[in-house]
Amino acid sequence: MKELAQEISARFNELGVEIPIGEIEERLDKMINKFKVPKEEARRSVVNYFLKSYNINRNEFYTGQSDSPVENISGATEDGKWLGVRGKVIQLWDNSHESISQVGLIGDETGTIKFTVWESANAPLVEENKSYLFKNVVVNEWNGKFQLNVNKTSSIESIDDDIEVGNATVGFSGAMVDIQSGSGLIKRCPECNRALTKGACMEHGKVDGVYDLRIKAVMDDGVSVQDAILKRDQVEDITGMTLESAIALAADALDQGVVLEQMKGSLVGRYYRIKGVRIDRYLLVESIESVFSYEQSELDELIAEAEVI
Amino acid sequence: MVGYSREVARRVFAQEFRESNLTFKDGDDQYAPQYLMTPTGAKVNRVFIVGTLIEKEDIGTDSEYWRGRVTDPTGSFLIYAGQYQPEAAQILAECETPAFVAVVGKPSTYTTGEGDVLTSVRPESFHIVDGQTRDLWVLETAECTIERIKALEDGTSPNIQKAKEYYDPDIKHYSSIVLDALKSLKETF
Repeated sequence: MKELAQEISARFNELGVEIPIGEIEERLDKMINKFKVPKEEARRSVVNYFLKSYNINRNEFYTGQSDSPVENISGATEDGKWLGVRGKVIQLWDNSHESISQVGLIGDETGTIKFTVWESANAPLVEENKSYLFKNVVVNEWNGKFQLNVNKTSSIESIDDDIEVGNATVGFSGAMVDIQSGSGLIKRCPECNRALTKGACMEHGKVDGVYDLRIKAVMDDGVSVQDAILKRDQVEDITGMTLESAIALAADALDQGVVLEQMKGSLVGRYYRIKGVRIDRYLLVESIESVFSYEQSELDELIAEAEVI
Repeated sequence: MVGYSREVARRVFAQEFRESNLTFKDGDDQYAPQYLMTPTGAKVNRVFIVGTLIEKEDIGTDSEYWRGRVTDPTGSFLIYAGQYQPEAAQILAECETPAFVAVVGKPSTYTTGEGDVLTSVRPESFHIVDGQTRDLWVLETAECTIERIKALEDGTSPNIQKAKEYYDPDIKHYSSIVLDALKSLKETF
């Protein structure tokens, strides 16, 4: 608590206001120890009290603080985290509310994320395909997805660099423990490329589908689970079954399901190493390889480890 | 679905699995998943096993009910597949023994009249694989088990507390199981 009091006192000092540290401590003590107020709340309340009694503008107290560090977009995965982002605005969407100035998608080398610029931020308008430095924005989680909020403590600066938007590829190595429905030989809508369910597209209704191969796999390494989507290239690569032979197989059996059965038989229960781009809960696989063997050194290391326990 | 995440398939050696007898649920909801806690603190709702199917038998009376015995370097797992596991039952019915198999399934327990708890696996999937995959599994399972034993020594998570209080596990016992399993990979035939 002493530290907290000193911190507050130091901050007021910077603004040229001397507050007896005893007074701060006394207030904090009353809040925290007597009234069981959580530390952060107590701090806010004490700060507010002194701001009022010395007539200091709130914004002056808070915005004077150093900006949050600039980080990669892939690092924006914690609700309530403050950071700065250097990125290119990829898309702007129609905003639905008068208190929102702009909504869109910003990306950097490591990924993309949705952002919302609030009207109250008083920020300059951004344009598509231009790069900006978003200072002091806060990460917000909704429905398991992250987004950035540009609010009144944030600022937006235009920068001249053209930032290459990329997707960080991630790898996963483990056993394929399941292949989900919607895998194998499927049909896609010729107009929107969506997978058809029972011969119908969600958007365009009954259509003549185009055949495709895909696998929605569940990978598991004993510690975590990763859903993965394999597109036709990877499916053909790993199963050795081409789209043509899959169609022939299905035609012979009068059943598309046999393709899936055969794929399950040859893939499930085996180990693979995959690499790809993470989109929502899926890893969009760019490369997949079978794992057949391990290094002798791995075995020796584990034996050594087991021996010393 | 928000908030739903698939249960991880745990890696446990047969001997440890056989020595497990603590089942519980998180919460009172009737749909809350059932877990089996193993002595080294693996909270198992799903297992992944690769081993050798050495015996199989149809023990059903009216409809087919298959029992398979799958061994790893430390012991064997019993696998039961009936009409509600049609894919697994079909492969079990058709395959030859011995064969390398990979099983993903749910742990289940049965308490005998004498009060002994028998553990078995109800397969979600059951596939024929090869010997290399089996060796990889042994290695991976050893690694996972070592991690758990280490956590057991100095960890404080609720799972570990639970396992410690209930089983009072002999760490040497489990590390020697792992060691034997690993050494079996060194033997050449």
